[in-house]
Amino acid sequence: MEFFVDENDRVDGIAKVTGKAKFFAEYEVPGLTYGVLVTSTVTKGKITAIDSKAASNAPGVLAVVSHLNKPSVAGYEQEGGSPMKIFYTDQIFYNGQPLAIVVADTFERATYAATLVQVSYAKEDFNTDFEKSISDSTVKKLQGQTPYKRGIEDAYKTAEVQLEQKYHLPVETHNPMELHGIIADWRPNDQVTVYAKTQGVKATQNTIANVFKIPVDKVQVNSEFVGGAFGMALRTWPLEIATIIASKHLAKPVKLVITRDQMFTMVGNRPASYQKIGIGATKDGKLTGITHTAFGQSATYENFTEGVVNMSKFMYQCENVNTNYYVIPLDMGVPIWMRGPGEATGAFALESAIDEMAHALDMDPLEFRIKNDPEIDQVQKRPFSSKYIKEAYKLGADKIGWNERKNKPGSIVDGAWQIGYGVSVGVFGAGRGRATVKGILKADGSLVLQSAASDIGPGTGTGMTLIASKLMNIPVGKITFELGDSSLPPAPSQGGSATLSTVGSAVNDVCVALKATIVELAANANMDATANFVDVLKKNNLAMIEKTIQSSQNNPEAKNYSMYSFSIHFVQVRVHQLTGVVKVSKIVSVGDAGTIVSPKTARSQMVGGAVGGIGMALTEEALLDHRYGRYINNNFADYHVPVHADVPEIDVIFINKPDLIVNPMGAKGMGEIALIGFSAAVANAVFNATGKRIRTLPITPDKVLEA
Amino acid sequence: MINFQYVRTSVVKTALGLIGKDPKASFIAGGTNLIDLMKRGVTAPDKLIDINYLPLKKIEEIDHVLHVGALASNSELAENMIVKDKFPLLMLALQAGASAQLRNMATVGGNMMQRTRCAYFYDTTMPCNKRAPGSGCGAIGGYNRMHAIFGASEACIAVHPSDMCVALVALDAKVVIAHTKGERKINFIDFHRLAGNTPEKDNNLQKGELIVRLEIPLNNLNKNFHYLKVRDRSSYAFALVSVAAALDIQNNIIHTARLAMGGVAHKPWRLIAAENFLKGKNPTVANFEEAAKIAMNGAKGFGENDFKLKMAPNSIIEALTVAKAKS
Repeated sequence: MEFFVDENDRVDGIAKVTGKAKFFAEYEVPGLTYGVLVTSTVTKGKITAIDSKAASNAPGVLAVVSHLNKPSVAGYEQEGGSPMKIFYTDQIFYNGQPLAIVVADTFERATYAATLVQVSYAKEDFNTDFEKSISDSTVKKLQGQTPYKRGIEDAYKTAEVQLEQKYHLPVETHNPMELHGIIADWRPNDQVTVYAKTQGVKATQNTIANVFKIPVDKVQVNSEFVGGAFGMALRTWPLEIATIIASKHLAKPVKLVITRDQMFTMVGNRPASYQKIGIGATKDGKLTGITHTAFGQSATYENFTEGVVNMSKFMYQCENVNTNYYVIPLDMGVPIWMRGPGEATGAFALESAIDEMAHALDMDPLEFRIKNDPEIDQVQKRPFSSKYIKEAYKLGADKIGWNERKNKPGSIVDGAWQIGYGVSVGVFGAGRGRATVKGILKADGSLVLQSAASDIGPGTGTGMTLIASKLMNIPVGKITFELGDSSLPPAPSQGGSATLSTVGSAVNDVCVALKATIVELAANANMDATANFVDVLKKNNLAMIEKTIQSSQNNPEAKNYSMYSFSIHFVQVRVHQLTGVVKVSKIVSVGDAGTIVSPKTARSQMVGGAVGGIGMALTEEALLDHRYGRYINNNFADYHVPVHADVPEIDVIFINKPDLIVNPMGAKGMGEIALIGFSAAVANAVFNATGKRIRTLPITPDKVLEA
Repeated sequence: MINFQYVRTSVVKTALGLIGKDPKASFIAGGTNLIDLMKRGVTAPDKLIDINYLPLKKIEEIDHVLHVGALASNSELAENMIVKDKFPLLMLALQAGASAQLRNMATVGGNMMQRTRCAYFYDTTMPCNKRAPGSGCGAIGGYNRMHAIFGASEACIAVHPSDMCVALVALDAKVVIAHTKGERKINFIDFHRLAGNTPEKDNNLQKGELIVRLEIPLNNLNKNFHYLKVRDRSSYAFALVSVAAALDIQNNIIHTARLAMGGVAHKPWRLIAAENFLKGKNPTVANFEEAAKIAMNGAKGFGENDFKLKMAPNSIIEALTVAKAKS
C-alpha cells in the first residue's frame, strides 16, 4: 500500500495507522506473566485478613502479592514520604485501592484468580462528599495556595455594579483510550526494564530508582508511543510500583493493564471544585474588584493542588484583586492535572462571571472584555512577551458571525430551538524548561535527533522534525527524532504545554551547533562556508558528526516579561425549549500561541481541546454514591465523552506571530489553552440562547429544563 | 476460570431441547449485553447455546402483517425496505439505539431480552434486588437520575433500556414464542413485566422458551410519526426519556393515536389513556398538551429523576408536534 504524505504530516502517522507503532502493552517479552489487581470494596479502614489460598491454588497462578508477604522495597523503609506505599500497610484510603496483585501465566487465569482472593475489613466511617463538605465546618480544609491580594480586599462589595456567584464542577476523568499499566522486567542483577505509559521517561526512571534504591542507570524506561494521557501519566502510580514489586518477587517479567473501571480510581482525575466569584464594576464597564475563592477536592493520603485561581489575578485590568484557594482532603483516590488543569477549572468560573457582569451592565461581553484588557501583567508589573488578544477577538468574532448575536437572551428562535452565542478566554503560562538533545548529522544526508522526550499524542517528533528541517534545510523525510527512551539525553516530562518550547529550543541549539561545525569543517577543507554538509563531511572523510547540547532554561531577556499563551473560544449553541437538549452548532477557536511550527498537529491540538471542552461543558461527570464511596458510572457507556454527532465543524485560527522572548522558534505552547475557557463559552452561549445561567457543569438537559 | 459449555445448533427444536434440559443454560445471539454481564460477574451461565444459526432472520410481509425473525439484526431491520416504507417509526427507534457497531450485532430477540442498565445491577458489591433478590435496592436513596417514574416498586425502580421495544409496543406488535410443544403468541405489551416483588424477572418468557418472531400488523401510521429520544449526548447514550408517537390524521381529525415512552418504567410504557383522549380530536398543541397531562397520571419521581416529571410531558408534546408536522 502506498501512502501519500506531505511535509506537515505526522512523522509517525503511517506507523500509527498500520499498527507498526507499539504501545507499552504490545511489547513481547520472553516469559511474560500477567498481573491483575485485587481492589478494596470498602472506602476506609483496615485489612484484617487476606485469604489467598483459593487464588494461589487456581490453575496457572504464580503469586499473590500483598502487604502480608511484602517483599523488601528499600525506599519504603525510610521515614515519611507522602506518595502511597503500595502493599506496605493494612490501611485503606479509598474504595478501589489496589490491595494485592495476582500473577498468573495468562491474563484470563489471573483475572479469575483475582476474584477468588477474599479480603476481610475493619470498616471505618468515611467522607467522599465534596459538595457537602464545603459547608461542613467539621471537615478539614487546607490552604492550597498562598492567598493573593492586590489593592483593597473584596473591593467588589462597594462597586457601583456588583455580582457574586457560585460555580460547581464535578469530578472528571482523563480516560484516554489506552488503558494504563506497565510491563516490568526485573532481572537478578537488580536491573529493571519497563515498558511504560508515561509522559516522562526520565521522571519514571527516577521514581523507580528512588523507590527501589537502585542506581538510575539500572532502570531502563521505554515509552515510544502513548495512546493519550491528558495528564494522568505525569507520575508513576502505585499500580506501576506494584507490578515491579511482583516482577522482582517472581524474578519474571510481569504485565499489568488495568480495566476501564479501574481507570476511574487508580490514575487520578480532575478534582471536583466549588468556586465563589465576587466581581464589581463601574456603570460604564470598568472592573473595580475581583474576589475569587476556590475549593478543590484532594485525598487524605496525598495532597494535590493546582492553579485554579491564577487567571483571575492578571487576565483583566483591575486594581483590586484577591484570591484564595483551599483543598478538601476526602477518602478518594488522589487527583492529578487534567488537560488545562486548574486553569480550566478557574476559567469556567471567571469567564462565566465576566459574562454575567457584561449582562448586568447591558454590554456586549466581547466589548466588556476588550474594555478591561490589561496593557501589562499587573501581578509581576511587567509587559507580556506577546499578546495579540484584541486581534484574536476580532478574527474569531468575524468568523463565527458575532454580529448576528443579540445581547438580549432568548432573542433568536428557530422552531423549537433557541440560538445563542458565547465567548470565553483561555490563558496558560508559556514557560520553558531545560532539555538536552543529541544531533547526529550524517554524510548520507540524514539527521538523527535524540532526546528522552515524550509524545502522548500531540506530535512531538513532527514538531521537532519541522524545526530541524527549517534550520538545517534538510527534508523532513531525512530527519529522525528519537524519543521515549530513558537512555537518551534528558528532557522534562510532557506537561504544561512546554514540550515544543523546551525540547524545541534544544533542537534549535543543537542544529545551530551542527551548522557551525560544518562551517568550520568547510573552512578546514577550503570549501565555501555555504557548501552542502554532505559534501563537507565527505571532503573531511567523516561519516558523521555529533553534538549534544543542553539548552538554557530561558532567554536572559525573559525575566523582564510575563509569558503566556492565549486562546479565544467562540461557540454557537442551539437549545431545545421543551427537552433542554443543548447542541454546540458552531465553534471558532483562536490561538495566540506564537509561531505555528507544525500547522497540522497544532490544529489537531485545538480541535482536541474543543472536543474535550464540549465534554467538560455538556457531558462529563464521574458520579460517586457517597453511601458506598464508589463510582457508579465507571465505564464508557455511562461516563459520557462527546461522540462525533456532538461535535460540529471546528474552525481554528492562529495569530501565528513569533514570540522570540520565549524561545528561538517564537512558538508558545497550546495544549492547555485549547481547552481552557471553552466550557464557559458554552455556558455563556446557553445563557444567551435561553436566559438560563447554568453554574454547575455539565450542562445536561435536566439542568436546562429545571433552570 | 469460570468455564462454560458452548453448543451451537441450526435447528429450533434442538435449541429448545437443550435449554429445557439445563436450568443454568442461556441462549446467546448477538451477545452485546450477555457478554458484558458475564464479564462483570452479574451472570454466569454454565452453558451457552448459540442460536445465531437458527433460520430466524427473515423479514417479510404476509397477509398485511410484517413478520420479523427474532435473529434479524437491529441494522437489518432498520434498513429493511418494508420497514422504511410502512413502519418508519420502528426504523427511527432502531436508529436511536446504541451505536452502529452494536446495532450490527444486536438481534431483535436479544434487544427484547436486554437487562436494565441500572448501575447497582452491574456492580456486584452493591445491593440490587434484580441481581440478588432480597439484597435491597441501591437506586432508591442513591443515584436514580436514569430511573423509573411509572410503575416502580419498593423492590426496584430500574427501567428497560430499549428503544426498539418502545416503537413495537406502540405498533401493537405480537411476540411469537416457541417451546417444545409448539408456539404461543402474546401481545408485545404483555411481554415485559413491571418489577413488583419479583424484579429478577424482566419479562414473561418462561424457562425453555425462545422468541422466534414478531408480527406487526400493517397500519396507517407511516405518515405522521416521530421517535424522540432525549439523552445526555447525541449517540450511544440511554434515554432520559423517549417517546414513540404516531398519528393517523384524516381531515384534520386524529383517527388513531399511538403513544409510548421509554426510560420511564420497567417496561416499554404505552400511554393508552392519552391515546384515547386524542382519538377524534384535532391535532392541536392544546390537545397534545392535554394528552401529555393525562399521560403523566400516576407518575412519581425518586429525587434525582424528578426532572422527568417535566421532561416526559414536554417530550410527548414535542414528539406529537413533529409527527403532526410531517406530511
